[in-house]
Amino acid sequence: MGHAYTPGLKVTDKILLTKKRILPLKGEVVVKVGDKVKPDDVVARTHLPGVVEPINVANILGIPPEDIADAMLKKEGDTVVQGEDIALSKSFFGLFKSKCQARITGTIESISHITGQVLLRGEPIPVTVKAYIEGEVVEIFEREGVAIATWSSFIQGIFGIGGETHGEIKIVVPNNSTTLTEKEIDESCEGKVIVGGNMVLADAIKKAAKVGAAGIVVGGFDDKDLRDILGYDIGVAITGSEEIGVTLIVTEGFGKINMAQRTFDLLKANEGQLACINGATQIRAGVIRPEVIIPKGGDIHAKQADADFRETGLVIGSPVRVIRHPYFGELGEVSNLPPELTQLESGSHARILEVKFMDGKKAIVPRANVEMIES
Amino acid sequence: MAKMDPNDIKVILATDCGSTTTKAILIEKRDGEYRLIVRGEAPTTVEAPFEDVTKGVLNAVGEVEELSGRKLLDENERIISPAKDNIGTDVYISTSSAGGGLQMMVAGVVRSMTGESAERAALGAGAIVMDVIASNDKRLPHQQIERIRHLRPDMILLSGGIDGGTTTHVVEIAELVSAADPKPRLGTGYKLPIIYAGNKDAAKAVEDTLKDKVDLRTVENIRPVLERENLGPAREEIHNLFMEHVMAQAPGYKKLMSWTDAPIMPTPGAVGLIIKKVADLEGIEAVGVDIGGATTDVFSVFRPEGSPEGVFNRTVSANLGMSYSVSNVFAEATLPMVMRWVPFDMDERDLRNRVKNKMIRPTTIPQSMEELIFEQAIAKEALRLAFIQHKNFATVLKGVQQQRTIADAFEQSASGATIVNMMTLNILVGSGGVLSHAPRRQQSALMMIDSFLPEGITRLAVDSIFMMPQLGVLSTVQEQAAREVFNKDCLIHLGCCVAPVGEVKKGGAVLNYKITLPDGKVETGTMNFGDMKLIKLGLDEKGLPQKAKAELEPLQHLDLGMGRGHKVETELSGGVVGIILDARGRPFTLPIDNKERIRKLKEWMLELNIYPKEALDR
Repeated sequence: MGHAYTPGLKVTDKILLTKKRILPLKGEVVVKVGDKVKPDDVVARTHLPGVVEPINVANILGIPPEDIADAMLKKEGDTVVQGEDIALSKSFFGLFKSKCQARITGTIESISHITGQVLLRGEPIPVTVKAYIEGEVVEIFEREGVAIATWSSFIQGIFGIGGETHGEIKIVVPNNSTTLTEKEIDESCEGKVIVGGNMVLADAIKKAAKVGAAGIVVGGFDDKDLRDILGYDIGVAITGSEEIGVTLIVTEGFGKINMAQRTFDLLKANEGQLACINGATQIRAGVIRPEVIIPKGGDIHAKQADADFRETGLVIGSPVRVIRHPYFGELGEVSNLPPELTQLESGSHARILEVKFMDGKKAIVPRANVEMIES
Repeated sequence: MAKMDPNDIKVILATDCGSTTTKAILIEKRDGEYRLIVRGEAPTTVEAPFEDVTKGVLNAVGEVEELSGRKLLDENERIISPAKDNIGTDVYISTSSAGGGLQMMVAGVVRSMTGESAERAALGAGAIVMDVIASNDKRLPHQQIERIRHLRPDMILLSGGIDGGTTTHVVEIAELVSAADPKPRLGTGYKLPIIYAGNKDAAKAVEDTLKDKVDLRTVENIRPVLERENLGPAREEIHNLFMEHVMAQAPGYKKLMSWTDAPIMPTPGAVGLIIKKVADLEGIEAVGVDIGGATTDVFSVFRPEGSPEGVFNRTVSANLGMSYSVSNVFAEATLPMVMRWVPFDMDERDLRNRVKNKMIRPTTIPQSMEELIFEQAIAKEALRLAFIQHKNFATVLKGVQQQRTIADAFEQSASGATIVNMMTLNILVGSGGVLSHAPRRQQSALMMIDSFLPEGITRLAVDSIFMMPQLGVLSTVQEQAAREVFNKDCLIHLGCCVAPVGEVKKGGAVLNYKITLPDGKVETGTMNFGDMKLIKLGLDEKGLPQKAKAELEPLQHLDLGMGRGHKVETELSGGVVGIILDARGRPFTLPIDNKERIRKLKEWMLELNIYPKEALDR
């Protein structure tokens, strides 16, 4: 196969991004093309069907299911309020009465004379979709949602937890190789997206949540800390719905790994700017990576200056990051690309490349174990 | 393409569209036998920016063209058929698991009875079962409704009740499904297909409840009486709906369907089919396992109480795999269980991070020997857990009481005995990257032995390049071709494992052996408890296993299949590894003392030549 290497994560100073914001069910779009939106603006809303509460009326009244029609005080489509009588049965010439009450407020959806079951549908649940990023509405999907575009700086992380949020970027470490501890976090971090260096410790995450920080962007994170914070072990990388009080984006991987200099520099250059971040990660077919979007404003109809997304593949001189032991996390550039299969220490035969690390040392690495650092 | 007589088929092109890679194989009949000629692959193109599965198929076929020199595509990129000289193919067939495969929800009245029968029907058809809804699944009705609504399956199989039995419960489930008003996973332009395969007396009421909301199909009851399952009609309808709805919605599949000469099958359904056909043809019991990045599938054919009719079972362990799910294997098995297979100590914090890094970058491969040993230790646990799930699922019908009154049936429902019998099992076939591409075949053999713990005498093999899916669908068109290629090109025969069953408290001699090799050389000796030994016995010139006559005498009341302490005279099969004598006992336990555990692991690994000595001496 032509592309044996892993395409890298994007770290881009300027790119025209378009985000689709779609409702889970059809509803109403409340903005129009050309509208300027902020992250918290609602762009579409709808109502999800209410919860369903089945009540076995026949069992409650102690009557055969086929007699349920005679006992019902309400018919299909009627609205009821919680506690209201919906069925009544009489026995012994009307001396004893049994009744059945609605457990929720809603409408009677169906009455079954086979099972004796009545289905009550609760009130509709309102759902809204926010803009998430600052930008301009460029397309309306009728009754479904919108597309919003913005020029922005854009950083893809490798793994994240927590959902969409936004805040001003605040750099709290002197460089990309400093560990983010609770000492660096104080009340001034409230509402901010905090940037750390090579790792964040569990206590720092707890402190960030306590002071009300919006998010943390950092190079590495320890799996043991992740388990301690979540209270469980993540088995499959499908995240985004965790509620730990702060969104976390890891740019390099698990363990103590310097944030790529380029990523750190880009964040530092944008300190004080708004960043829209999402920790949602899905590593399956249809991969989703966590992201940091720093909206830049500007005319979204202007032509994109540089075509960033051309896939050139690996060539000699390509900047790469090794993504597996024994050189995990090290950065360098490709110095040789022999075409033939080569035997690894493990005994496997694989296509390899030679990488020259920052310190000048060279090593042989399987092509599958590097990713390109894309711009 | 026009249908042709199976006997006239000389050239076969088959593809399998996986979730990441599309694999194409070319089979030709040469000198009277069907053989694999070449294989090509290309990335699957179901997702953006291509969104057309046929692009990946054409790329893979293009690679086959280059490698074989046979022209298969015309100038309009259509497959040329029939074959003439060095141009075209007589048959083109395909399987698919792209776009997440076939995802189903099943429902039954009693979880361990009709619920399980429905699950078996869906799994056998090649589906991933997302959930089983049953009247007694301990969830409240509103929770079940929320779950159905949330799942968005490709289709639902609804069963419940025996014919002539009570109709209330199954109609109640239909009402829950109706209230949830479920939507299909792909596309919004069609109604969700639901297959009803329950009590025939309830069919009308189920239809009245569901017909306005879903695309309802009614087939024969999967459990017409308690004592018998009837899974065929439901499975057939699942395949029909897979083609009509699921495949038709996936990008490019309408075009692909118009190219193939047989219906496209879900990949695991096709694998199950070839395993069942080969096992039935030889009258043997077989277990197949496919360990992937995200999931592990186990297939088995057993013949409980010697019945000629093999019972086929398939299970999918959804979150046991070697890349996407590697972290889950670790979580489910626990660290000590994985580390017990590693013959040196490693730092826990570092290991945890390594596992997570593999999860988030799933395409990486082990470079160092230490990484390989660790990865194979995880594989053993993934296989072990998947096989436990399989054994618990492959049972005699639950709720059936033999020679007792029907009133006792429910009491037995919790204790359906497994039909998996490791002593009578004839062959164990492994596939998936970690088994098929292990640097040394001995590693594959030991991974299968340690995780499945075969008993008595069991042949071992691996699928060389995972072509079982294509051979499965081929077996519906040209069975002979499928069988020949399966035996000669698909399977790499590893050899066999001889493992006496029983426990020995004090150690000492447990097995006397005398093995006469094809060249006349005789290997004799005695195995002590806890020993392993490898005796070389290879393949013949056709690539099929050589045979050796063996006299095996289990000692200390151990059993090799003929009863405790009874001598066995038999023929053993060779392979690229040979005959592995495993005197570690069954049930198998590792020494509790850490030093002793490491010593024994190293001893076995050196004897079987699993890893180089210097890697074990670190």
